[in-house]
Amino acid sequence: MALLRRSETVIAGILLLAMVLIGTINPAFWQLDNLFSLMRSNVIIGIMAMGVLLVLISGGIDVSFPAFAVAAMYLTIKGMLALGYNGVVLPLLAATLMGLAFGAVNGFFVYKFRMIPLIVTLGTSAMVRGFLLGVVGTSMININKMPTALIDFGRTDVVSVTKADGTTYGLTAMVLIYLGLALAMHLVLRYTMIGRSAYALGGDPEAARRAGFDLRKTIFFIYCVAGALAGFAGLLHSGMIWLANPRDFVGLELDVIAAVVLGGASIFGGRGSVLGTMLGVFMLVMVKNSLIIMRVDTTWQLVVVGLIVIAATALSAWRDRRRAA
Amino acid sequence: MSDGFIELRNIRKVFAGVVALDAMSLVIKPGEIHCLAGENGSGKSTVIKIMSGVYQPDGGEILIDGKPISAMSPIEAIAHGVQVIYQDFSLFGNLTVAENLAMNVHLGEKRRLMNWRRTRAIAREAVDRLGVELDLDAEVASLPTAGKQLVAIARALMSDARLIIMDEPTTALTRKEVETLFRIVRDIQARGIAILFVSHKMREMLEISERITVIRNGRKVAEGPTGDFDEALITRHMTGGDILNEPYAWIPPPGPPPVPRLEIRGLTVPGKCEDLSLAIRPGEIVGLSGLLGSGRTDLALALFGMVPRYEGEILIDGAPVRLRTTQEAIDAGIAYVPEDRLTEGLFLPQSIKRNMLATSYERLARRLVIDRSQAEEMTQGMVRAMQIATPTAEKPVMQLSGGNQQRVVLARWLLTDARVLILNGPTVGVDVGSKAEIHAKIRELAQHHGLAVLMISDDVLELVQNCNRLVLMHRGRFIEDLPAAAVTEETVSDRLKTFT
Ligand SMILES: Nc1ncnc2c1ncn2[C@@H]1O[C@H](COP(=O)(O)OP(=O)(O)OP(=O)(O)O)[C@@H](O)[C@H]1O
Ligand SMILES: [Mg+2]
Repeated sequence: MALLRRSETVIAGILLLAMVLIGTINPAFWQLDNLFSLMRSNVIIGIMAMGVLLVLISGGIDVSFPAFAVAAMYLTIKGMLALGYNGVVLPLLAATLMGLAFGAVNGFFVYKFRMIPLIVTLGTSAMVRGFLLGVVGTSMININKMPTALIDFGRTDVVSVTKADGTTYGLTAMVLIYLGLALAMHLVLRYTMIGRSAYALGGDPEAARRAGFDLRKTIFFIYCVAGALAGFAGLLHSGMIWLANPRDFVGLELDVIAAVVLGGASIFGGRGSVLGTMLGVFMLVMVKNSLIIMRVDTTWQLVVVGLIVIAATALSAWRDRRRAA
Repeated sequence: MSDGFIELRNIRKVFAGVVALDAMSLVIKPGEIHCLAGENGSGKSTVIKIMSGVYQPDGGEILIDGKPISAMSPIEAIAHGVQVIYQDFSLFGNLTVAENLAMNVHLGEKRRLMNWRRTRAIAREAVDRLGVELDLDAEVASLPTAGKQLVAIARALMSDARLIIMDEPTTALTRKEVETLFRIVRDIQARGIAILFVSHKMREMLEISERITVIRNGRKVAEGPTGDFDEALITRHMTGGDILNEPYAWIPPPGPPPVPRLEIRGLTVPGKCEDLSLAIRPGEIVGLSGLLGSGRTDLALALFGMVPRYEGEILIDGAPVRLRTTQEAIDAGIAYVPEDRLTEGLFLPQSIKRNMLATSYERLARRLVIDRSQAEEMTQGMVRAMQIATPTAEKPVMQLSGGNQQRVVLARWLLTDARVLILNGPTVGVDVGSKAEIHAKIRELAQHHGLAVLMISDDVLELVQNCNRLVLMHRGRFIEDLPAAAVTEETVSDRLKTFT
């Protein structure tokens, strides 16, 4: 009974239904290579979604992470090229730290000046993007210049299958990184006080202050983690597509926020889970992927994502109101 | 010389020029139930905030166990065993009962990790200690008000409390829930914990407390065992004078009966109320009572254009009107003061002026721009007429005491030049003194300005004293329509009890 009332169960049910529906329209959906490619598309959005989930739970919102991701990615690769460094671990660390530093700026303005997170992150997003294109550069770095270590890392598979016609396809190992980070986020949210403080802050900031939570710590933690995850995901992304484009990730914030809200997180704060978010990400990626297969125009894809945001938010608002009643 | 657990001596507190407390003294003895009585804005909530360390006094002394405390912070107050149950309970609605209860323990121990098994154990113990039934896994937002209050009390008891302070704990409770609360309060007292209780309901004060302190304008004016007080005496101390309670008499003008200000004929809201007919003539104050769910609020909402799908006829001054939106109702001259001023009426962070003018802007902006001087004049006049205790109309409504907030709501509707005034629970959470003033204002509006007033209230005494007619409602129908002169509080209450 309790299982039925959980939003995750409902989302999983809807997801299953959608999969059956899409599978009937397009039987190729259930083919292994399609499923592998779907999971691959989950990785970057999923990692970013973990950060957005944390921010939404705390009652905030973040639209700056795509800008942070692209800046961390492009700066790191530029740096690697300039230094002639070819590796994986250090650059990923560097990109993560860069994202963290950007996130700290968000945290500073949200905490210190009690500014609305939407305005703060809109501002930092524009500044970071502008700085990147204006000062660092506008040219793409493509496969022949990309550091080979990153590319090799990005093409690692966990399993690979050879088709009858001799071509091979596989499931990218990046999925494991995504799962690992998701598990870590789940543990943080559920089993640490800092995770619980995010829920408390999102539930009632005044009560959280009175209870004695260190809200400065909580707010910095939240925006730093969101930034760090974005920086990490940014660099990982370039390794997976063998390309560093300083104009990448435009409009991605809508997709990620849509996925997180679809996964049951409340836009008003206080509610949301990692499992739900993963399901939401999968659903969103699947829907977009099917639109592409059905050759729906990208502009119409945008309409669909917008609709999803509004429908999912309306649903969660309705749910929260009913709970409060 | 003091035998008190906590004592305030000559405490002074000033807010931006407003003296909230002036030489306020109060002694709470160990293990007693103490009531703090006072009019709206007399400083009760401020006293509580000083005792709990939220505000620092500008003068005077706080003593605990006879020893002076230099500067009390919230953490120190808790360490000394002072626990406050806030009116909003300060709970996390999105978390479970168990987590809400255990939160402070975890925070106090400065833990980094969350141990769910321990959380449940802590919560179990807290609930058992209070001796109530609470589902530990329920989300707090899903609990009724009384349930939330129990969680807040259970939480307060966990830290070795010596004094639990409750600010107006009974306003949102039904009579049965109040009884449960009182039982729990006596239980807590039996363990040697003192309780400080703030309430506007005299009967409750006299019923539960052992000692009473009355405060007026930030000063203690009376103190003593509850046995020494009765309602009239408390009222006299609170207001500094007696309150005259003359029943409201409406004398129809000579000649043919005037056209009713408001008339309804066969009004039906499917599933809520059925075939209601009523006429209120200019100057009449008609009281409407009935149990919760009798349809009285649905009738009010229909009259205010909030139930577009009603059947039947509504006439204002003899002219039929059709009320499909609140704007149409306002244009027809109807004003509605809702039951819950906080969620339906006021914009708390906004100024008194803005709140007062909220429904008048359209009228003020006839020539596209708002007539500022007229707006200023209107608000100033109203602040004076309603005797709102504030130095300026620019003050946020949030900073007013509860009773003054209620006057702002009333003022807003009076500014719309309404001809029909519908009041739903006009004096909930308002002290006796302000109550009398609000009642006097309503009578004046009816008597001298010819308004028709429909007053809905649970407080039968309020209706009997202020209405010239009483209508009783049950299951969506009018059961009785009585002249107020023919009834007493008792007869009406007894009649209401037969409605089940
Ligand atoms: N934060 C504040 N800033 C400015 N003035 C304040 C503030 N808090 C209270 N006051 C003023 O201090 C006075 C005492 O207010 P308080 O809230 O203590 O009254 P109260 O006795 O609790 O009234 P009520 O019964 O209406 O709740 C009022 O005049 C109020 O306007
Ligand atoms: Mg108060």
